[in-house]
Amino acid sequence: MKQWEVVIGIETHVQLSTQSKIFSGSSTAFGAEPNVQANAVDLALPGVLPVLNKGAVECAIRFGLAVEGQVAPKSVFARKNYFYPDLPKGYQISQYELPVVVGGKVAIQLGQGDDLSEKTINLTRAHLEEDAGKSLHEDFHGKSGIDLNRAGTPLLEIVTEPDMRSSAEAVAYAKALHALVRWIGICDGNMQEGSFRCDANVSVRPVGQKEFGTRREIKNLNSFRFMQQAIDYEVQWQIAHIEDGGRVEQATVLFDPDTGETRAMRSKEDAHDYRYFPDPDLLPLIISRDWIERARSALPELPAAKKQRFVTDFGLSAYDATTLTASLEVADFYEATVVVAGKAAAKPCANWVMVDLAARLNKEGMELAHSPVSAVQLGGLVARIADNTISNNIAKKIFDALWNGEGKSADEIIDKQGLKQITDSGAIEALIDEVLAANAAMVAEFRAGKEKAFNALVGQAMKATKGKANPQQVNELLRRKLA
Amino acid sequence: MSLTLEQVRRVAQLARIDISDAEAESTLGHLNGIFSLIEEMQAVDTRGVEPMAHAQDLAQRLRVDEVTEVNRRDAYQAVAPETEAGLYLVPKVIE
Repeated sequence: MKQWEVVIGIETHVQLSTQSKIFSGSSTAFGAEPNVQANAVDLALPGVLPVLNKGAVECAIRFGLAVEGQVAPKSVFARKNYFYPDLPKGYQISQYELPVVVGGKVAIQLGQGDDLSEKTINLTRAHLEEDAGKSLHEDFHGKSGIDLNRAGTPLLEIVTEPDMRSSAEAVAYAKALHALVRWIGICDGNMQEGSFRCDANVSVRPVGQKEFGTRREIKNLNSFRFMQQAIDYEVQWQIAHIEDGGRVEQATVLFDPDTGETRAMRSKEDAHDYRYFPDPDLLPLIISRDWIERARSALPELPAAKKQRFVTDFGLSAYDATTLTASLEVADFYEATVVVAGKAAAKPCANWVMVDLAARLNKEGMELAHSPVSAVQLGGLVARIADNTISNNIAKKIFDALWNGEGKSADEIIDKQGLKQITDSGAIEALIDEVLAANAAMVAEFRAGKEKAFNALVGQAMKATKGKANPQQVNELLRRKLA
Repeated sequence: MSLTLEQVRRVAQLARIDISDAEAESTLGHLNGIFSLIEEMQAVDTRGVEPMAHAQDLAQRLRVDEVTEVNRRDAYQAVAPETEAGLYLVPKVIE
């Protein structure tokens, strides 16, 4: 049996979060009534001229800097010519020979726990372009309906080198890119609304062969799960097809989530010939060094740098640091808890954010942005565990109380409900004496060698302190008394 | 360099222009005239000259990112051949 190697490159259309379109002052808000956000430029009425949106360019610069690509000092818009009713001009304004970003790289995480490894995916380029409108093929008396609200929405098309070798790597890349564009605030990342759409170029070749196989392009993957399924199916199909003596023909294919299969779109008699040429309506885009430097200083700390800092400054494991830098919201929330709880409590803060809070949010189906417990409140809670005011068990109760809005801060709830941990050993001893007196049978069992009875006594003692004693301290005192 | 009749037909097809055989012949003549002009220009030594993307050596003016347009759908659709439910209707297209 021949061994096959999978080769994948990905093109992603990232919808930029600008207020207005790339070449007109129409709104880009999602979900409006058809065509209410399509003006003369978007409709390509005669005589109109495009004027480039500075905000879209700013997004492209931010991206170029974030992936350490080269932001082109001069880039050029070109016309990509094709006919389709949702493209009223008969061409899409894009960039061809001189894109706004050249090169760059995205680090991806593979595996889990101890098998965690990193790989770099190189980018070829990223270019600015406009989106097309939407065609609706439901029956309008045998016609198609056209909604041009989306026409002219700014997109950044990000193209990788053929660097990925499995569907898992492709998904890891898509996830990393998705997190990054949200992190730097250039895209809302809403995949249901089409803000982040991937095309995967997939080919296979025998292991050891230098030349790439013929690729097929899977279009419009709008979920990570579908991407994985589509690539897995496509790879199996290509291998089976070649092993059966067939040849892969270059084609565009669509993934059908219902059947889990990819199938080739009816190939056109004419291959695409887009006849790109520089758009005479637009002058070259010049980006000054100064603008690039201003954009650089406005960027937030990037995920890789933040992750490294969490490891070195806070002593977190690589895994924890990766989890906490999955999105800017999580990272900011976490850092805000550490600011309140203190750097020494950075690790427990990480646990509370990743475990307790995450579990609760997950259970309630809520996003971190809407967490009823704020970072400051959570930090205040962790601070009281760290300084031994409360035990971990009590902390969980206070967390619930904060969640339910029973107090503004952990301190307030501790005061109000009298939850301060009893550390005075005299007071605990007195309670233990009562417990021992009241549970003579258990004491006898313990003395007869039943270790289980000891645990029961600890339980009784903790109950007597209403959980406010430090369990370890109770344990020690009880052992001493029974010795 | 000169074009062939086949190339003229292909360009016309890509541009969705329906041309008769006679029109293709005369278009071929016109285009070849233009090509000979281009050939003359290409004879000029342009080594060391950076190609321009535009006839004017200026930079693209940028617009501040703000919504400046209001909904004028009714006016635009008043001149459209056919509309329904806010959509422009066109002959059915399914790829």
